[in-house]
Amino acid sequence: MNRNAIDSLGLVTLVLMVAALFMVFVYVPTEAVQGIVQRIFYFHVPCAWVAFAAFALVAISGIFYLWLGQQVWDDLGYAAAETGMIFCTLVLVTGSIWARPIWGAWWTWDSRLTTTLILWLLYGGYLMLRAMADDTPQIARFAAVVGIVAAADVPIIIISVRLWRTIHPAVLVTRQGSHGLEDPRMVATLLVSMAAFTALFVWLLMLRFVTLRTRTRLNFLAGELGRTRAAVGDL
Amino acid sequence: MENLSYLFAAYTVIFAVIFFYVLFLWRRQARLDEELRSLESGLRMVREELAERGATRSQASR
Repeated sequence: MNRNAIDSLGLVTLVLMVAALFMVFVYVPTEAVQGIVQRIFYFHVPCAWVAFAAFALVAISGIFYLWLGQQVWDDLGYAAAETGMIFCTLVLVTGSIWARPIWGAWWTWDSRLTTTLILWLLYGGYLMLRAMADDTPQIARFAAVVGIVAAADVPIIIISVRLWRTIHPAVLVTRQGSHGLEDPRMVATLLVSMAAFTALFVWLLMLRFVTLRTRTRLNFLAGELGRTRAAVGDL
Repeated sequence: MENLSYLFAAYTVIFAVIFFYVLFLWRRQARLDEELRSLESGLRMVREELAERGATRSQASR
């Protein structure tokens, strides 16, 4: 992968992130009911969006790996799972920090929170499998299946506010059908934050993907070196 | 400015986690690049040796 492309994307991410921070702390008006702490929302929701996108990518990569058997799909799935896990952790932590002053509790077994925690545990299991087992095609196939099955939790999280009674605010999918953000500046800030986090996700994904491709090449070269040494010994 | 500490905590956690993850990736990539360079040079040397021995054997057989 082209290192210049990764560096350029890093720069774009930085610019977008500075713009998002400016909008969150200077531009957007303070929400009337929750006050200043509602500003967590502008980074909490984009974290959730990129975590879901990452896990969808794990499932897509898993399907392609099972179909084509090419190592590149396994590397992409692994990179997406790890990056998604970072953002899923941030969703849970920032949500918990936001919940404390608003709900009076760090955690509640609400349907959306619980299904998100299940997603975090599922991909935690996926990453533990990858970290503890050898890099064999059998483990890669098993991980692909786990990645595909775990991604089924993503649509459940999204529609959980419609399916069950919940205290979690439904900003993007409300029961009434409106988006829940009345001030256009709030919508603009959320969109810029979404763009910043999407760029950040792609940048981190590319960085991780490059390390995994390098590791794959290392494994190939180590095998090649062993074979060549054996050939030298035979002469 | 009620609950400012919660807002500060949330944004600090986000940037701290991202910073340490990027740092971890850069260090890992640097280590892998170094390993790759050493493996590639080792492979080149072994291949040269293999070619040399092959040439010596073909000269001897003539």
